[in-house]
Amino acid sequence: MTVDLQPNIDSTLISVLETVSDPEIPVLTVLDMGVIREAIEIDKIVYIKLTPTYSGCPAMDVIGDDLKAAFSKVGKEARVELVLSPAWTTDWMSEAGKQKMEAYGIAPPLEETADKDALLGNAKIVKCTNCKSTNTRLVSQFGSTACKALFQCNECQEPFDYFKCLK
Amino acid sequence: MKDKNLYNYILGIADNSLILGQRLGELCGHGPNLETDIALTNISLDLFGQTRSYYQYAAKIAGNDKTEDDVAFLRIEREYRNVLLVEQPNTHFGYVIARQFLFDTFHLLLMEKLQNSGDEHLAAIAKKGIKEVSYHHRFSGDWIKRLGDGTDESHEKIQEAIDGLWRYTDELFHVTEDDALVIEAGIGVNVSQLKEEYYKQVSEILTEATLTVPENKYFAKGGKEGVHTEQMGYILAELQYMQRTYPNMNW
Repeated sequence: MTVDLQPNIDSTLISVLETVSDPEIPVLTVLDMGVIREAIEIDKIVYIKLTPTYSGCPAMDVIGDDLKAAFSKVGKEARVELVLSPAWTTDWMSEAGKQKMEAYGIAPPLEETADKDALLGNAKIVKCTNCKSTNTRLVSQFGSTACKALFQCNECQEPFDYFKCLK
Repeated sequence: MKDKNLYNYILGIADNSLILGQRLGELCGHGPNLETDIALTNISLDLFGQTRSYYQYAAKIAGNDKTEDDVAFLRIEREYRNVLLVEQPNTHFGYVIARQFLFDTFHLLLMEKLQNSGDEHLAAIAKKGIKEVSYHHRFSGDWIKRLGDGTDESHEKIQEAIDGLWRYTDELFHVTEDDALVIEAGIGVNVSQLKEEYYKQVSEILTEATLTVPENKYFAKGGKEGVHTEQMGYILAELQYMQRTYPNMNW
């Protein structure tokens, strides 16, 4: 479950891919999110395989359009294909991405077992993005988008999103 | 197995997600509180996302330049193959939760098996969907316990909803002629084999929630064959309105 899941991305395309961000979390690029599974260039055409975080994620259409626009700026045509398998997991998010996410005010996903404890309200382990306290509580298992849950800090009262672990 | 059998089999799974997604969508802005409102519409969105994947595949099988929108919006009532359970109305919050719980428990068992389908498209959709469905199941199961083991009023209302919807549970395990052929081909899931596990799991949570497990002798069915309850026409009227009024309209 490790080697196969490395995305196949031409290094020459990275500089353009880095300019495309997640419309819901603008500090994260599509590479940080790990939603680009393949990007290869054949005869001036860039073929991209994109995978959704959640089946109904409305950001996918926008990301697809943004990718085409970004490549057209450098004179290349991009063809985007949506792939479902293997299914996206929060493990594919980069470490740098998780740090950027926290700085932006969204608590990054915990490990799977810790995540279950946190979302079932059994453990106080999700760190407040404002004051860094772990004295926080789950307000709702579902948050502002499909991929997030809503938390509140008991210390500084800050309400914040937690990006759910998906495996 | 012919393409037509597979097409109908896919709709038998996808239409459940479409119609339940539509029912939950009706609650957008009408949930009992903000968090629950957001949760129910999030679940709706997951279900619509899964439906799209199924319909895109079904449209490809149907050929003739059919699109996912044709499949979703341009069928008549008798061509929808969802179970009767998912079309039942949002009578009160107890019904919303009971319907969700009775469906999620089944949906999760189905996805677990569909992951191993001999058809790679269906297996991929299930592998993606199962992560979402297990989350839905956790949400609805928690609410069953909270309402059942809550106040006298919440207990009474959730029991009423469970009793009212129980008659639609048996249909979940009905195998149609199309289904049987698709199962034989190693693609479909034989849902009749999930029945025992389903009632065991449902009973466990109902008991934990201090609720009584109903003992019905008679069950309603027909949805999987296209024979729906009176609720279905109203749902389709709203769902299909734009495409019927402005044919081929696009965003």
